[in-house]
Amino acid sequence: MAVRLEDYREVAPAGTVDFLYRLSERVKGMSMLNVNSTKYGGGVAEILHRLIPMLNEVGVEARWEVIQGGGEFYACTKAFHNALQGAEQVITQKMLDAYVETNRENAKRLLLDAEVMLIHDPQPAALIDYRTVGKWIWRCHIDVSQPIRRVWNFLRQYVVKYDAAVFSLPRFAQRLPIPQFLIYPSIDPLSEKNRDLTETEVDAHLGRLKIPRDKPILLQVSRFDRFKDPVGVISAYRIVKKHNDCRLVLAGGGAADDPEGKAVLAEVQAAAGEDPDVHVLDLPPDAHLAINALQRAATIVLQKSTKEGFGLTVAEAMWKGKPVIGGAAGGITVQIIYDVTGYTVNSVEGAAFRIRHLLNSPDVREKMGQDAKEYVRQNFLITRHLRDYLTLMYAVVNGG
Amino acid sequence: MKAAEGKVFEFIGCVELRQILGKKAEDEKQLLDLLEEVPLDSVYHHTHEYFLRHKYILGPYPNDFANWAAIQVRDRVLGERLGVLDPYDFASLEALRDEIIAVIDDHLTKLRMIPRVGYGEPFHFIQSRIVTVPMGITARTLEEFRGALAGVDASSIYFHAFEARMRLNRRDGDFVFWIREALGLQELADRLANTDPYMFSLEQLRARLLGLLDEALAKGGDGRGGSA
Repeated sequence: MAVRLEDYREVAPAGTVDFLYRLSERVKGMSMLNVNSTKYGGGVAEILHRLIPMLNEVGVEARWEVIQGGGEFYACTKAFHNALQGAEQVITQKMLDAYVETNRENAKRLLLDAEVMLIHDPQPAALIDYRTVGKWIWRCHIDVSQPIRRVWNFLRQYVVKYDAAVFSLPRFAQRLPIPQFLIYPSIDPLSEKNRDLTETEVDAHLGRLKIPRDKPILLQVSRFDRFKDPVGVISAYRIVKKHNDCRLVLAGGGAADDPEGKAVLAEVQAAAGEDPDVHVLDLPPDAHLAINALQRAATIVLQKSTKEGFGLTVAEAMWKGKPVIGGAAGGITVQIIYDVTGYTVNSVEGAAFRIRHLLNSPDVREKMGQDAKEYVRQNFLITRHLRDYLTLMYAVVNGG
Repeated sequence: MKAAEGKVFEFIGCVELRQILGKKAEDEKQLLDLLEEVPLDSVYHHTHEYFLRHKYILGPYPNDFANWAAIQVRDRVLGERLGVLDPYDFASLEALRDEIIAVIDDHLTKLRMIPRVGYGEPFHFIQSRIVTVPMGITARTLEEFRGALAGVDASSIYFHAFEARMRLNRRDGDFVFWIREALGLQELADRLANTDPYMFSLEQLRARLLGLLDEALAKGGDGRGGSA
């Protein structure tokens, strides 16, 4: 059954749903078109699947279109994606031509007639050249804080034509002559990944994953990537293990089709060795319920990244009432309030110290978990995201 | 606040749209220099709208500057000195800005090296646009007011307790003003005015205000107590 805005009354802060209806009066009847590059897979599509019906429910005529292209186009935008996140790429003129041409073709195919156009990420950014009406906003979901300059300069020629840009963190912002707004991403508390589970469901999932619940569980959920420092997490666990019996679960995915992921997974498995209390799980991308169960079963959740985009796994764990120990990187620093909802750390030793502290302080853990959940309720739920988009629409149309 | 003009209190909520100014400080000297040039709206954002972003719990200190110094730079002394600043003590945002600058400047003159973020995040200056939203909730009596305050979106508490003070220049905020002027409840108004909003998250402030209202209602029924 489709989830409705009313369903969020039980999980969002008191008064939120009424506030959203009131706020939407300011943009009621306005049209909004979202354009991105995929209908399924990835965080942007996941959030749009929920946000578009919610926008319509509050009176915005919201639509969502997906840009279509061929192999050369996707090769180009994949290279863009990597280069904008700092990895050197080979991008040929032919690829750039495919990018420009694909945007031109899509501009002919799509009805770009909304009062507010929200264009997501680099793939459809060049649609701006075919603008006839409306306010155009470029919504950048990726970390462009240290881009390969020539690729950013290519993209920038389009971005500067927009009325505004939106980034997920201040440090992702660029030098641009247009207003740049800050909107954090969000989690959906009613999705498979975050909805409430019964203890029986949690037990069943952990049983299937062959993880006994006989001792405290330390958990890190993230793809096998060196920036997530999974080997550092194992080192921290080893320090903790000297005096505290516990299990460590490293749950990730994506290693199958990613050569670097495979190499990192092999490193992690080697570091885990024969320790029966270290569980390395390579999960499929749709293992939402299993991840949900793992987070609920965990005693402490780690996200010991040394470099991070936003790191929404932190908010996911906090939503389940868990204190999180995270690397002081990217969006982790805005999700964890130090010493209140968890700890940010800068070293293996720092992580080990905080794990030991929390394992031996059940009351602190309990209180931090409660505060973490409430902090997410106020700041990182999809209802806040809806509020931000409604405000953004209002602001850009009214002289934003 | 239309409520102050008549007997009816109308609750107004608000939402902020954060604008990134593209100015960042990697050390405390840069913070000082940028503080001198950013718009006052940005100072307001980091010292007042902090509360709108922390409806349920505050961080260690009640403003972004103090938290950055203490947590990202790991300079606890500056964090403590900035954290104790009371925005109430300043007649204007310009005066508050001057004091923050003076505190950082004084701190730096006592140090041989300028503290900077080693492993932490730089300070990014932000400013906000506030969009107000009439909540469609009104109160004519203290009892109605208490009921509405209990369920209204927390942004409404921010708007009437903080935004009204600094931006709209209503020294005690809208709640106190209405209770004093429209209901004539001087003693209760004084007790509410004595609550320091800068020490609470919005939800904590709501709980505290509700406690004071409940006491007044229990005492006098209409909240007038003996001194109205």
